[in-house]
Amino acid sequence: MTSSQLPEKQTEQVTPTKRSNRSDPSVRSGGVFGFLRFAILFIGALAALVPFYYMVIGALQRKRDTSLLGLLPLPENLTLDNFIEINESVNLIGSLLNSLIFTAGVVACTLVFGLLVGYALAALSFRGQGVVFALVLLVQAIPFQLLMIPLYVMVVRYFGLADNFIGMILPFAINSVAVLIFRQYFLQIPRDIFDAARIDGASEVRILLFMAVPLVRPAVLTAMLVTFIGPWNEFLWPFLVTKDATKQTLAVSLANFSQANGSFLENPMGAVLAGACVLAVPVVVLFLIFQRHFTSANLGSAIKG
Amino acid sequence: MGSDAPTHVSSRRFERRPGSMMRRWLGENPLGLLLSAPYTAFVIVVFLIPFGFGIWMSVHDFYFTAPGVEVEHPFVGLDNFVAVLGDPVVRQAFGNLLIFLLINVPLTVALGLLLSSGLDAIVHWKGFFRISYYIPYVTASVATLSVWIFLFNGNGVINTMLGDLAPEPSWLANSGLIMPLIAVYVTWKNLGFYILLYLAALQNVPKELHEAAQLDGAGRWQRFRSVTLPAVRPVTSLVVLLSIITTGQIFTEPYLLTGGGPNGASMTPALLMYQQGIQQGKPDVAAAIGMILVIAVMIVSLVSRRITEGKNR
Repeated sequence: MTSSQLPEKQTEQVTPTKRSNRSDPSVRSGGVFGFLRFAILFIGALAALVPFYYMVIGALQRKRDTSLLGLLPLPENLTLDNFIEINESVNLIGSLLNSLIFTAGVVACTLVFGLLVGYALAALSFRGQGVVFALVLLVQAIPFQLLMIPLYVMVVRYFGLADNFIGMILPFAINSVAVLIFRQYFLQIPRDIFDAARIDGASEVRILLFMAVPLVRPAVLTAMLVTFIGPWNEFLWPFLVTKDATKQTLAVSLANFSQANGSFLENPMGAVLAGACVLAVPVVVLFLIFQRHFTSANLGSAIKG
Repeated sequence: MGSDAPTHVSSRRFERRPGSMMRRWLGENPLGLLLSAPYTAFVIVVFLIPFGFGIWMSVHDFYFTAPGVEVEHPFVGLDNFVAVLGDPVVRQAFGNLLIFLLINVPLTVALGLLLSSGLDAIVHWKGFFRISYYIPYVTASVATLSVWIFLFNGNGVINTMLGDLAPEPSWLANSGLIMPLIAVYVTWKNLGFYILLYLAALQNVPKELHEAAQLDGAGRWQRFRSVTLPAVRPVTSLVVLLSIITTGQIFTEPYLLTGGGPNGASMTPALLMYQQGIQQGKPDVAAAIGMILVIAVMIVSLVSRRITEGKNR
């Protein structure tokens, strides 16, 4: 948001003297085209956000009401009972905590080991590099569902890691999409600056930690978010390895509840949507905090000085 | 060059340059091996061994037993594959993926390009739009799917709005509409991530190129076609590849929305593997479906790479 305000101020300063458009192509495209573009972007945003409005409204409805009027927040049909009902049906706090442990474990492993291999693939050359990169791509092409059953047999039966966070984290430990993102960002850094550092006598470890990693900071945050999403959304694998309800993640608890669809409740759909809100809110909030860091991908400054 | 030096003549000379020998064997930066070791170990344990185990399963008669019980798993050759390929349910599941691909991939690329290039050009509201597009992607699919049930149920929001125009049978129960609906859902869900990829590429396009093209009299569409499109081509290639891989993994959507119905119209290979492998206790058959799925995904990915990377490669 700060990034969108900055150019705004700049153009304001420029306007009185001379409308210099060199740095800002959007200024010159006003009129019909500009309006059309804005309309398309706005419709896109509406399509993305309206389901979330329904998620909240549906979670707050005392009785299920899908009429046009019912989709406005009518005071007489608003209640927080659905949140109480879902909390009684599934252990909300406990399963939230389980989701958090599962996700944090995956993100930590991905950041540490993913950065190492991403850097190795992009900035170093060594025997077997092609093989490692082929592995990163191969892993993308293997759907988790193919590995699901053999992994299930291995982790649950051979390793004895059922109802265990290690067993839950293991298959997701290093996110290969994050590795690809790291490699992609490291590749965008011209090798010249690494070579320059080597000529200046910097060790490889020093180059990695103090030059390469700071330069791909946007990639670290992007990869964190991308990595975070996977285990948080995942319900199949945690569902398979956890039979113990106290070890289940929120996505699993909620999916189970949604499938069972407790008909004993007054508004089961409302309870499911209330659970959906609880599942969605932590990620959306985290995302809103982190999203500012997304735009600062100004790699050009490293070589232009 | 190095091979010219007769190594057997002088071992002292060899000792003076230990790096050269190591470099010849391990490459210019042997550190790379160490840095990629954890990832390689991870891939071996979590992907390669289960992958091999899955292949082994698919050609053996494998079933679950109580822990500690030793049983024979006789080799059955391609019996599992023959059974799978002869099963109309399986063929329908793969057909469903094709329907999905034909809707999802063009929609994702077109909308991703449209919204990201629009986003790249505006100043006001940029942050708001960017956040809006990403939010579906960062939200758990269990959560968003429950909203889609709320929206597309028989007596859901969409049908209430459509009134008499509501499809009969309704969305989730309509065999002709359910797969397109899932394709639109997945596009909606993942678009923000692809916009992020496109936006990063667009921001790296030098402004000078656009200015030069404009000086040469290129219009807006011409600039888009000859400056923007080639610049984001690697991203388009990546977007298509990732979409295809996502397609092979579709599981949660039919599982929560329909359970694969009606009459298998939203059945996917991944869901079928779960049902047959875990629920019905036929992991060998599920492994065979998985093998076929991997081969299909690979073929489609290679074809798409040919198309999207074109003359670049």
